[in-house]
Amino acid sequence: MDKSARNSVPEPAIALRDVSFGWSRSAPPLLRIESLAIARGERVFLYGPSGSGKTSLLNLLAGVNLPQSGDITLLGEKLNRLSGRKRDRFRARHIGVVFQQFNLIPYLSVLDNVLLAAHFARLPGPESHARARELLAHLGLEDALATRPARTLSVGQQQRVAVARALVAEPEILLADEPTSALDSDTRDAFIELLLASAARNNTTLVFVSHDRALQPHFSRALDVRELVHQGETA
Amino acid sequence: MLFKLARQSLWNRRSTAALTLVSLMISVLLLLGIDHLRNQARDSFSQTLSGTDLIVGARSGQLNLLLYAVFRMGNPTNNISWESYQEIAGHPAVAWTVPLSLGDSHRGFRVLGTTTDYFEHYRYGQRHPLRFAEGRAFDDVYDAVLGAQVARELGYTLGREIVVAHGTGSVSFARHEDHPFTVVGILAPTGTPVDRTVHVSLEGIEAIHIGWGDGAPRRGAQPDPEQVRAMDLTPESITAFMVGLNSRAMTFTLQRQINDYRQEPLTAILPGVALTELWQMLAMVENLLYVITFMVLLASLIGMATMLLASMKERQREVAILRAVGASGGYLFWLIELEVLLLALLGVIGGTVLLSIVLWVAQPLLASEFGLFIALNPLQDQTLWIAGGIVALAGVVGLVPAWVGYRRALSDGLNPRL
Repeated sequence: MDKSARNSVPEPAIALRDVSFGWSRSAPPLLRIESLAIARGERVFLYGPSGSGKTSLLNLLAGVNLPQSGDITLLGEKLNRLSGRKRDRFRARHIGVVFQQFNLIPYLSVLDNVLLAAHFARLPGPESHARARELLAHLGLEDALATRPARTLSVGQQQRVAVARALVAEPEILLADEPTSALDSDTRDAFIELLLASAARNNTTLVFVSHDRALQPHFSRALDVRELVHQGETA
Repeated sequence: MLFKLARQSLWNRRSTAALTLVSLMISVLLLLGIDHLRNQARDSFSQTLSGTDLIVGARSGQLNLLLYAVFRMGNPTNNISWESYQEIAGHPAVAWTVPLSLGDSHRGFRVLGTTTDYFEHYRYGQRHPLRFAEGRAFDDVYDAVLGAQVARELGYTLGREIVVAHGTGSVSFARHEDHPFTVVGILAPTGTPVDRTVHVSLEGIEAIHIGWGDGAPRRGAQPDPEQVRAMDLTPESITAFMVGLNSRAMTFTLQRQINDYRQEPLTAILPGVALTELWQMLAMVENLLYVITFMVLLASLIGMATMLLASMKERQREVAILRAVGASGGYLFWLIELEVLLLALLGVIGGTVLLSIVLWVAQPLLASEFGLFIALNPLQDQTLWIAGGIVALAGVVGLVPAWVGYRRALSDGLNPRL
């Protein structure tokens, strides 16, 4: 895509074309996606049972793994054309990730965990400090928690810190991998609302992966991974 | 941030890290300690006898002469006649001489017949003179002065009467029972063979052998001490003698003259040179010690690498998080390498401090008990090189876990199986 096209038509945040992925070339691919497009600011619920290739897809979208063939285009940048180092840099600047659990480095303080992401995105220190504090406050984490080691927090609090960490560098894309599965049902809905609100504040594109269909009503668009992905026969 | 991560990550695993650190510190302590002791031992060994320019004995190898004259080990090949001794002692270049007469012993300790000049001219280390811990030099024929170790091991004090045995074995059937000696002085420890020597006068040696022939007492009455004191007790021969020169420049000239002495075959050696040569023969042991210490160090470093490798499993989550926020594989590599270097640096510093403490505690003990004077400061020019070498070696060994961390980071993705 050239620059003029990029400016005129709002291009999708995420675009996959003829992507196939597997651990070795000789084995049949684990994952095959003909096409997928997610617009900027869209909030997508990606549904799939375990073993359906959600994790592989997530690693591809985050630029940690590369497809064997096809293009993965994020924000107009073809990830599979970038060097490993550039992909790492791209991830730091443009992608936030929230896992289902153990999102934080347990021995670092809450604030340092958030600042870690800012560090890799090369944000200036004072600015990232202010933004980290603001995000933590927005997510309902009082100031006193900031200096505590992450391991002393409850799971619910840790997940909220993880959201702050994922959003501190103001990424265009937020990938959430079953971030609610470790939470009980009361905190789960509150967490999702908070996540959606935080994403909306920055107009962040959200890809939320889960096996729990009950969460689907929160999202504007839902996709079934099994329909999207044509898996290899052995997987 | 990298440094903070490495530091906090180590602190997070402080129990295993501390054990690794302790093992590192001990190997650093061993390595630096052995290096320090080696230097100190070499210095003190080559200065077992200082201030003496030549040692003269009957014709023999220089090592043999050194061993029996200085270390009281082995046996002299032959004696030197009193006339030859007197002639060389009268040489214009000679400032002083100290005669040495060996051949008897007391309960395994060699008895040395000499003159009071011995206490004046014998020097060790940095020209330390002999010092009396108790009492005084011998005066009477039957006076004896003990080395520090003799007094300590046998529990002798001033005034004690001792019987000298003929020959140098610790068990002897021919004893000079009729002529007991009285302890009149005990020397302070020196860390030299002086500590293991019983010193008596030349006349004393002569006196106990009156009426002896062929290594056994002749039959018949032995003279009593008063009669002996009245006799002329000038010996016919001595074993060796130490020579001090007016000018050190004359050393080689006089050595050649003595080696070419016409009246009887003599050998003169330079004690400093001979001691250094003897030490070089012991270099094998020294190198062996080094090899062993190096192995201990290597074992600790491999232990450290093992610790870090083992920790990689529990750190999979950490790696995934760092990858997710944009850390590259290289970042993980350097994180682990930095942890290795931090540990190694702490180990080197801790080991050096530990060694200083050990030296500080042990030094007075070594000095009073063994007469070993060890410098307190273990730091020398080469210590820095050794320390640098240890850290560098740690860095090399650390490449293994660092590389594993790097590979893990690239292959595991964001959701490793736990």
